[in-house]
Parts: sequence; C-alpha cells; structure tokens
Amino acid sequence: MTIQFNDETFRDDYTFRNSEWAIKRFPFPFHEDSYMYSVNMEQHRGGPKGSVYEKRFDVDEHYISEMRDRALVLAEDPLRCQSLPHMTLAGWDLLELIMVSKSEDYPDLFELHRNGNQWRWINKPLGIDDTFTFMDEASLPYGPMEYITRQAQGDYAVLDQRENNLWMDAGMVTTQADWSLDFDIGMNFFEWHAPVPLAHEMGVFKRALKFLLNIQQGSPARRLNWTMTVNPLLDTSPENYHKWGVQKTTLTPDNLGRKQHLRVELQTFYRLPRSNALVFPIRCYLIALEDLVTVPKWGRRLHRVIRDLPEELAEYKGFIRNRPMILDYLTQYDDGKPTSPGVWPDLDTEPPLER
Amino acid sequence: MSKFDFPPSIASRPVYGTLEARKGTQHLMIADGAGAEALLDLAASAPEIMAQAHVIFIPRDAGALEEKLRAAGPAILHIGPSYPATVQRIRRVLQDTVMGAQVYLAGTEGLIGQAMNEALQAGIPLAAIQTEHRGSVARRVQCVHCKGITEDVMTDPFVCSHCGLNLFVRDHYSRRLAAFQGVCIDAEDPGEVPESVELYK
Repeated sequence: MTIQFNDETFRDDYTFRNSEWAIKRFPFPFHEDSYMYSVNMEQHRGGPKGSVYEKRFDVDEHYISEMRDRALVLAEDPLRCQSLPHMTLAGWDLLELIMVSKSEDYPDLFELHRNGNQWRWINKPLGIDDTFTFMDEASLPYGPMEYITRQAQGDYAVLDQRENNLWMDAGMVTTQADWSLDFDIGMNFFEWHAPVPLAHEMGVFKRALKFLLNIQQGSPARRLNWTMTVNPLLDTSPENYHKWGVQKTTLTPDNLGRKQHLRVELQTFYRLPRSNALVFPIRCYLIALEDLVTVPKWGRRLHRVIRDLPEELAEYKGFIRNRPMILDYLTQYDDGKPTSPGVWPDLDTEPPLER
Repeated sequence: MSKFDFPPSIASRPVYGTLEARKGTQHLMIADGAGAEALLDLAASAPEIMAQAHVIFIPRDAGALEEKLRAAGPAILHIGPSYPATVQRIRRVLQDTVMGAQVYLAGTEGLIGQAMNEALQAGIPLAAIQTEHRGSVARRVQCVHCKGITEDVMTDPFVCSHCGLNLFVRDHYSRRLAAFQGVCIDAEDPGEVPESVELYK
C-alpha cells in the first residue's frame, strides 16, 4: 500500500493523530491481563502482513513528521547524537543495514544503487537523492550513523561488544523514555540499566545480556517495552524534563482520553557485520487512550494491567500521580469479560463492550 | 573518622577498596584530603615502594598531612592546590608510565572518579588501578539539564551551581563524567522543593 504521510507535530500544539489503520496495527504490548518484567525476546523475522513487525524497519504515516521533530531536537541539543571514536565502522554497518532493508522492503519509497563503493541513496518521502562513497565520511554531510538515523524513525543505540559485555558507545536518541545518552554513553549493560527497579534482583538483566551477546548476524531479535506519556511528546528526555514534567499536571477527567498516551517501544537487536557491534533500534509508538479503547479487548486489558501494576513500576514509569485518574477513565471500558490470549486486537472474535 | 561504608547501591556506582602494595616498576599515587592517610597506610605496609613513588596530593582541608607524606619518602611529591589545577600534570605523568606501573587513587569520589578516567584514557589497565575512599562523602553531580557539574554536593536536593534548578541526586553514576546525575525535583510541582537533607543521613 502507499502510505499517506501525516503533517503533524509532537510538541506545542500536538497535532499528532493515529489513523484507523495506525490504531489497528498498534503494537499493543500486553499478551495477558497483567504485566511483570521478563526477558520477552523473540526472533525478529517479520510478522503478520501490515503489522509493525512485518518489515525490518517499519515506516508508517508519522515518518516525515517524526524526522522533522528529530531535526528540531538536534538543533536544540546536538549531544543527543554521539559516537565514540571507535564506533565509526559500526555507523557504516548501520547505514548499510538500514539502506538495504528499506530499499528492499519499501521499493516504492527508497532506492539504493551500489556500484562498488559508489552508492546512490534515494529517499522519496524526505526528498533526498545523495551519491556518496561508502566508508568515506567526507562524502556525507554527517557521520554515517547520524546521516541514516536522521532518516529512520526510532532511537538507535549502537553497542560495542567486548569483555563479555555490551557498551553504549554510540547513539541517536531523541524519542527516549526519560534516559540520557549523554550521561549513559560509555556505560556497560548493567551500568546503564542501574536505575531500573526490581529487574536486577530478578536476574532479568543477566539473562537478557546473555541472550544479546549471542545474537548472530542475520538473526535479529525483538521485544516490546512500554510506559505512559501525557501528550504525544516524542522527546521525553531527562534533559528537558524541567520543561515537560509539568504537563503531567494538565490531565483532567475530561481531557484524559485525548491527552494520556500509551507509549510502546518496539526494540529490535541486530548484529552488525564488520564491527561486530549490536545495534538496538528503539522505535516509539504512541496511542491516545481514547483511540486504544476502540479495540474492546485492549480497553479491558489495559485497565487490568494498570490497576494491578506494582507501585515501584508505576513510579519508575512516571505515572503514579495520575494512576487513579487513568483508572477512573479505563474502568469504563472494562466490563469484566474475559480476554483472548495474545496481543492482537481480535476485533472479529472478541465481544463488544457491554455497558 | 575518614572511612565511610557506602550503603548498598546501584550497579553503576563504583565500589572502593583498600590500597595494597603491588609489585611494579612505578607507583603513581594520587590523593586528595584525607586520602593521604590511605597513602600513609600503604607506605607503612610497604616502605620499599616509596622510592619509586610519584605522589600527587591535593590537600583541600588536610594540609597537615603534607609533611607526613614527605616523611614517607616518595621519589617525587607534588602538592596541587585543586584538581583542575593539577589535571594537566596528572595527564603528563600518566604519559610517562611504563608497563607494570601501578596507580593508587585515594580520597573523595570526585578525585577518584576523575583521576580514574585519566588513567584509563592513558591506557592503564583497570586491573592496575586501585582505589580507596577516604574523607568527605560529598558527591560530584552533573545537572542533566544544563550539563554543568557541581562539585562537593553534600545535600539532597541542592541547587545547580550553573543553571540554578533544584536538583535531586539520582542514583545513577557515570564513570566517564565521574559524576552522579542531578534531575530537577520540582518539574511537576514548580516551586515545591522538599527540605534539603544531608547525604547518607
């Protein structure tokens, strides 16, 4: 299908909207009526047609506007994109991975023509047609990682692998759930996860690291993570928290369905061929609760998950102060009926909401 | 009392030990304040290493220890007035280290963290660097908003010395910055700042 790209904003007047299509394909993260941390990894080998899992790097109706938002963030704070000196090769690996994947998966939108090291990259949605020399930094307007991730939705953490650990040594991070690349750059896997409650004690990170260290070229993996965000604000950075934090106080029972968003990260993991680095794209999807509850199964389930979530997690995910109001809203969409297993909307088989 | 047992903490926070003399061709010792006492204990346990010791000491409020250090007989003793005034010298001395050199860092977290960074960047293997915390438990904190670093933070919350925001000290430590993370405490309730309490009290 041809994607109709939205002209929308993720700040100030917040004109971001999801179409019917985007709502139905939203990556709902809860496969059952409760949530706890787990090493919920699976192979990233496509998924149902039209789903966000189908392509290697999903492109959707928000593409152009998200890239515009990224450029605004970078103009304000260039430290959101950093690469330690030894990571340039991994940047080229990433550029190749994204260009090859997008041109193969979306041939109507992206083209890559390679003649030895002379590459021509055409990005039709963004109006880019560049010819450059692969592995020659001087032939691109930015470093390779920055160049390609200014054209790819989602954040990118590029992890060096050494000493049986992963090191956050490069990244493009402008749509983050409240973590700072500038602070975390150079840290290992356990260090950058240090502030996460409960999971260390559960051994989650040890198991996750073991899994990630063994990811092979050509066998990417994926998992989902989630939080809640007031307003469709992509840049929920700690850097700007003193500016956006106050938006959490603007929720009222009347505007909550429109303003409160479920924020889901589709995290994928790819081994890179030359550098042996691991790239960790973190793609953010936002959905207003009023849109989410149009899928009866999701409305029922989200109510149960938020209601039963441990205090520490609600606190860490930053919505503890608004949880009671969110529950007042969601309870209207939970009639107590059982829900089908799995994450899919199951619109044809799940019963409509009974009021 | 210059020794302090830090409470169990996060995975990113460094863990400090007790300096022990190790075999080496060179011994580079960097300390501030009460950290000099750790070097004196080291010298007492292994006086023979002092003949190859290059000691860099930033006295802060412990100037009385300078003479004791001199009495321990290091090959070179340099007294620096502050860390920023001394860091160029530290870099230069690190350039001259040879294989098998041992590095000993003692004193405040800020000194240990920053000097550790310099040593690692100079290519000293982590296994050849020892640390011992002594003296002030003050923390070095980077404001995540303006990126300015405030030294010697003793309370939580505190006011960023660069941008003036009220910050709480998040339990998250960057070895690269040798600093904890400071995050605005009243972002969601502007002006509502809880009373400052002394760290670890």
